[in-house]
Amino acid sequence: MSTNEVWVYIEQHDGKISDVSLELLGKGSELAKNLKVQTGAVIPGSKVKDLAPLLFSYGADKVYIAEDPSLARYTTLPYAKTMVDLIRQYQPQIVLYGATVTGRDLAPRIASEIKVGLTADCTNLKIGDYTRKEKEYKNILYQIRPAFGGNIIATIVSPEQRPQMATVREGVMKMNNVDKSRKGEVVEFTPTIAKDIIRSEVLKRVQHEKKVNLKGAHIIISGGIGVGSKDNFKLIYDLAHILGAEVGASRAAVDAGYIPKDHQVGQTGTTVRPKLYIAVGISGSIQHMAGMSESNRVIAINSDPEAPIFKLAHYGIVGDLNEVIPRFIEVYKSLKK
Amino acid sequence: MIVLVKQVPDTQNIKGDAMTPEGTVNRAKLPAIFNPEDLNALEEALKLKDKFGGKVTVITMGPPRAADILRESLFKGADDVVLLSDKIFAGADTLATSYALSLAVKKVGDFDIILCGRQAIDGDTAQVGPQTAEKLGVNQVTFVDRVIDLKDKKITVERSIEGGFEEVTSTLPVLLTVTEEANDPRPASAKRVCAYKRAMTPLETQTYDDDYVNGADKNTGFKIKLWGHEDIGAAPEQCGLSGSPTMVKEIESVVLEARDFKNIDKSKVGIESLIKELMTEHIIG
Repeated sequence: MSTNEVWVYIEQHDGKISDVSLELLGKGSELAKNLKVQTGAVIPGSKVKDLAPLLFSYGADKVYIAEDPSLARYTTLPYAKTMVDLIRQYQPQIVLYGATVTGRDLAPRIASEIKVGLTADCTNLKIGDYTRKEKEYKNILYQIRPAFGGNIIATIVSPEQRPQMATVREGVMKMNNVDKSRKGEVVEFTPTIAKDIIRSEVLKRVQHEKKVNLKGAHIIISGGIGVGSKDNFKLIYDLAHILGAEVGASRAAVDAGYIPKDHQVGQTGTTVRPKLYIAVGISGSIQHMAGMSESNRVIAINSDPEAPIFKLAHYGIVGDLNEVIPRFIEVYKSLKK
Repeated sequence: MIVLVKQVPDTQNIKGDAMTPEGTVNRAKLPAIFNPEDLNALEEALKLKDKFGGKVTVITMGPPRAADILRESLFKGADDVVLLSDKIFAGADTLATSYALSLAVKKVGDFDIILCGRQAIDGDTAQVGPQTAEKLGVNQVTFVDRVIDLKDKKITVERSIEGGFEEVTSTLPVLLTVTEEANDPRPASAKRVCAYKRAMTPLETQTYDDDYVNGADKNTGFKIKLWGHEDIGAAPEQCGLSGSPTMVKEIESVVLEARDFKNIDKSKVGIESLIKELMTEHIIG
């Protein structure tokens, strides 16, 4: 039965749904509206039925529940088998996955089995037409992603096969506003998982609470390699403290060991869109700027007037951060009085 | 053990002119290196070999010059190497690549563990590992940071997850994708460099005179295997561009939007006016 729906794979661990899955329901429901089809949220797990109302409130029209005790913890083969069976039975036209560790483990396995294309790490998704060798394809999924170190943006299509599949990084798409009055249809699917595909066992799962909340921050002060040392990052923290901001960093600063990786902003780190982004000693690689270019306002502080970051900034201060930041703090304090 | 590796363009410096109209990369225009995490995969295989014995075969798919990374693998300790190279393989996406690699693995024969890097720096897709595992019908464990134990046909590994880690066991055979956290790849052994520096593929031997090539035979007799699509029994329509469902519709260079830009003087007066403006607009409190 071909439903032609737009599907979002809902990732959950111990009944907690990943943010990226809810973000994808936002984008997925937008695509589905364009295509005039329904949005399906697909959730394999062991006790996940109670999560359906939440998925409706974020934009799902249908929730596919696939419960089995062997799906209590994510392991590749039972999850892949369940998804492949669901896709074959209901034939959606699009399936989206978060580009999480789980999504990047699962989606290629499914794509290989059903022999369809898969585009990793999309930063945008659109519907449009495509012509190749005089053949026209209507309403194809444009899978847009940066490639080759962020130097180019490629639009990928898989026009022949269905479903069209893509993974999307966390923080890139916006969640719908929650609408608790939304209702939908629950479809219960019974997975068939033979014993011989249970080949992995998760012995232990340890996850630390996120200490750095870049995504939720209104103001972010980020330091780059220009900060010069781990000790000098104290200046960044001082400014962040006084402004009530979160501390971010460029990949170069993380690689240099100035600050842990969970602070990294950019394509390989966290994508952010705060009210104010202050980039200190960051020259502005494409991969960094891709992760913060949607900030409402950007202040760049850099001693090199030619630094690319100034092209993206609303305000630029050319100067040594050791001079500029203490002055900024001093002036701010005096104005607050 | 089988290790799957890839020669990749150095992605720091790619211009539009290195792309073909089909949207695939013209690798000949870029400096080529051993994909970093594939070195970690090779190292993990060599460590397992040091501890438990066995044989390490390295396979790569790519243009003739990808033989460079096979020689590098020999220098570090690989027992055998295979280059999959054929015009028919060109332009392959991850699905067509994993199809060819899985057939090459089958031709190599029995294995307990396949290792590859988590992802290649040119595509960052991390798809070829899982897709090859699927085509071979073997289990997979991705993002492996550490091999904890290997006994009774079972392997226990630590893999990274968002903000933490997981300890996972798998029965053999299994395909592991290995992260840069796993190890520090060993340098080439001087002895092995001497032994294998003239290891060449049949394509390369054509370009040298007989004396040089025969010198190779005198040293070790080692030749790099070169397999085309017929050698591995691959159906041409499932290889390369024709076996790839994904196509590149268009490529754009990244262009930054112009913004209203204010140059703020670093003086006290300059900074004061900036802060006042931000406060007035309630951007900062």
